[in-house]
Amino acid sequence: MEKVNSLEAFKNLQLLLKEETFKEGVPRLRTCTGTACMATGAQSVINKVEEEAAHSGKHIDIVKTGCQGFCQQGPVMKAEPYGYYYKQVRAADAHDIVGTTFSAGFPVRNLLYRDNILSEPKEIMETLPFYKKQMRVALHNNGLIDPRNINHYIAVGGYTALVKALETMTPEQVLDEVDKANLRGRGGAGFPAGEKWKHTKKAKSKIKLVIANGDEGDPGAFMDRSIMEGDPHGLIEGMLLCAYAIDAQYGFVYVRHEYPLAVVHLKLAIKQAEEMGLLGNNILGTGFSFTLDVREGAGAFVCGESTALIASMEGERGFPRPRPPRLSDIGGGAWGYPSNLNNIETFACVPHIISRGADWFKSIGTENSPGTKVFALTGKVKNTGLVEVPMGITLREIIFEIGGGILDGKKFKAVQTGGPSGGCLPEEYLDLSVDFDSLRKVGSMMGSGGMVVMDEETCVVDVAKFFLSFTKEESCGKCPPCRIGTYQMLEILKKITSGHGEPSDLDNLEQICRKVQKGSLCGLGQSAPNPILSTLKYFREEYEEHVHDKYCRAKVCSGLGTYSIDHSECFLCGLCKQACAFGAVKETRRSFFIDQDMCTKCKSCYMACPIGAVKVGKGTAKAARK
Amino acid sequence: MDIENINIKSSIGVIGGIITSSESRRGILIPTLHKMQLENGYLPEDLLRLLSKKLSIPLAEIYSVASFYKQFHFTPRGKNIVRVCTGTACHVRGSAKVVDALQNRFNVKAGETTEDLKLTLETVGCVGCCGLAPVVTVNEGVVGAVGPKKLKGLIHDIEEGDDNGKS
Ligand SMILES: Cc1cc2nc3c(=O)[nH]c(=O)nc-3n(C[C@H](O)[C@H](O)[C@H](O)COP(=O)(O)O)c2cc1C
Ligand code: SF4
Ligand code: SF4
Ligand code: FES
Repeated sequence: MEKVNSLEAFKNLQLLLKEETFKEGVPRLRTCTGTACMATGAQSVINKVEEEAAHSGKHIDIVKTGCQGFCQQGPVMKAEPYGYYYKQVRAADAHDIVGTTFSAGFPVRNLLYRDNILSEPKEIMETLPFYKKQMRVALHNNGLIDPRNINHYIAVGGYTALVKALETMTPEQVLDEVDKANLRGRGGAGFPAGEKWKHTKKAKSKIKLVIANGDEGDPGAFMDRSIMEGDPHGLIEGMLLCAYAIDAQYGFVYVRHEYPLAVVHLKLAIKQAEEMGLLGNNILGTGFSFTLDVREGAGAFVCGESTALIASMEGERGFPRPRPPRLSDIGGGAWGYPSNLNNIETFACVPHIISRGADWFKSIGTENSPGTKVFALTGKVKNTGLVEVPMGITLREIIFEIGGGILDGKKFKAVQTGGPSGGCLPEEYLDLSVDFDSLRKVGSMMGSGGMVVMDEETCVVDVAKFFLSFTKEESCGKCPPCRIGTYQMLEILKKITSGHGEPSDLDNLEQICRKVQKGSLCGLGQSAPNPILSTLKYFREEYEEHVHDKYCRAKVCSGLGTYSIDHSECFLCGLCKQACAFGAVKETRRSFFIDQDMCTKCKSCYMACPIGAVKVGKGTAKAARK
Repeated sequence: MDIENINIKSSIGVIGGIITSSESRRGILIPTLHKMQLENGYLPEDLLRLLSKKLSIPLAEIYSVASFYKQFHFTPRGKNIVRVCTGTACHVRGSAKVVDALQNRFNVKAGETTEDLKLTLETVGCVGCCGLAPVVTVNEGVVGAVGPKKLKGLIHDIEEGDDNGKS
């Protein structure tokens, strides 16, 4: 690759690439090669399509894109110029794809998406319920280009924002635009990026750093991963614009070690950008210089916290420290240099803001939360995957329209937003507008955008226990309220879910929650009680059932309830007896029954029964014997 | 790994030009531990001693840093590293059962390695494939939507082969 030495030369190159890459009318298959689709066999489909195409003498342009979002239906692909969207494609389908679609122009019907077996298939991607309400800004290039190919990125308009900034805007103007757009940090707290940038810019230091937080330790979230893997140049361009605006010379992307593909793609992208003269010294001959490097984490959730991240980059244990000094202050950032830390998705929005303007950005979303947000929609919904929607959309639209509703026709119970620092919201909030402030108002959080849907078979107490065991495990241990508090809260939850809860436990739990919230040093401890507090607030009666009635209505918590067999349903298959390790299921000539004295409430029989004849009732064993 | 000849300046990158040499030495500690573990599968004590000399960081401090992070290990690991995701999405879709099944089948607890070094069983926070929950990774490969049938196949592969699961 030749270095591009001037803005003019870059623009010419871009014109050329626009003409040559992605020519209109060319048969093209945009195949998702994100982690999930690769796991379900995208590579073998690609190989087979190539083989079939060669066989039939047809040229098909195969673009191996990043994650297209609809992971659960993978491998997915889009056939152009027709726009047909195929899901769950197998290598065996390659023949039809080449023959039916690329030779005759018809869709392969059995690969099209349908809501259910009876409904009409949908041909075009944008008409799928999953995509219809989405709006892609941060994920704009995912699904469009090959992340390993810088030319693709440039051909779809990449680095135009950088050129525009370098050519026509002063650093102040770039900053103003981001500030005016009111871009709020997508990493959790929603702090305005413009403010942060201004602060770092003001710091009186010759050397400044721009750091991208790709730690993404939240369980249930993978939006940053998909940007780093699927559109690394988009991130780089966002960081470049930030560096230009605040006059920084060096940058780092801190990536969690569990994302090896992201690391590979980022390193490759950095190398290509350097070779082309878009990173390094004297970028595009303008005198602006910025060098970028990747640092890998090593598996500690707390390293996503800004001060801990800095410690980790410097080669220390990832302990948070009190602020100030803030990262943007002298002495606060990495090696003491003022540093500007933003989330991956935050950076990915910046090029779009610069090229289309703050007003365009503000026209999307709500007044105080402009733009879009990417959510990782998971749990008990039909369509799981990554969705990017304008802020202000309701939870109902996300879960029931995009997500297609609850799996297996079950009833919606709650949605957990914001990961370990967020909370659970019940049905009454389904029409809540999703933005930073409204979620916080009802005791949850945007967090990094994990959204886990729960149905009636999920126990909220168990979910709270799950998050607490995560935060307890991940607490760095530096401050006692968090270290001891998370342990104690978890112990109480364990006690409750195993059937030993006492009435005083609920009050104790609430008290500890308040103290940990107040007394902890960093956001991990401060937000650890959120899942408990929100479930206590909205699902208190379920906690009480666990404590008073020894009953878990979702039948999740083993150790609760009384187990019995409904003889009118039982068809005597004997599976429950086999399943019970404690010999509590007894057999008489005409029936099976459960011996309450021997039953440990392990739930094995309940799980084993094929027809649901084992019932879990409220109350204690004593009551059942009567 | 050739610890004597690590080039600190080039390992730290351009940033090395603006930080002190002791900061550089610290700065390459974690990346070097990663490399060491990649080559050996774990962090052998003798290599850590060498590293401590080379970087002039007390051995105790190296241990203190390395033990803070979950990704570093101090004992040899199994041929197959099986990680069951216990992230939120996987939890809700039943990953606990997968952990139980593997623990029972191979008679190890999560975080342990079998005596014959066939398998190391671990749980991870989230592998970022939640759409396919529950997810298990076998070495570098990701297996999604693990139900009883896939689990059986997986167990079979581990018991039979020795370089399986690299799909
Ligand atoms: C315990 C903890 C973990 C965090 N993990 C992440 C993370 O994985 N990714 C991230 O971008 N921000 C994370 N944050 C938030 C960061 O500290 C920081 O606010 C954010 O990266 C700033 O970027 P933004 O302003 O663009 O959101 C975490 C915060 C805490 C307290
Ligand atoms: S709140 Fe928890 S994670 Fe944060 S510094 Fe204190 S102990 Fe560490
Ligand atoms: S498993 Fe169910 S149907 Fe079979 S014997 Fe037990 S209770 Fe009856
Ligand atoms: S929760 Fe299992 S892959 Fe994310």
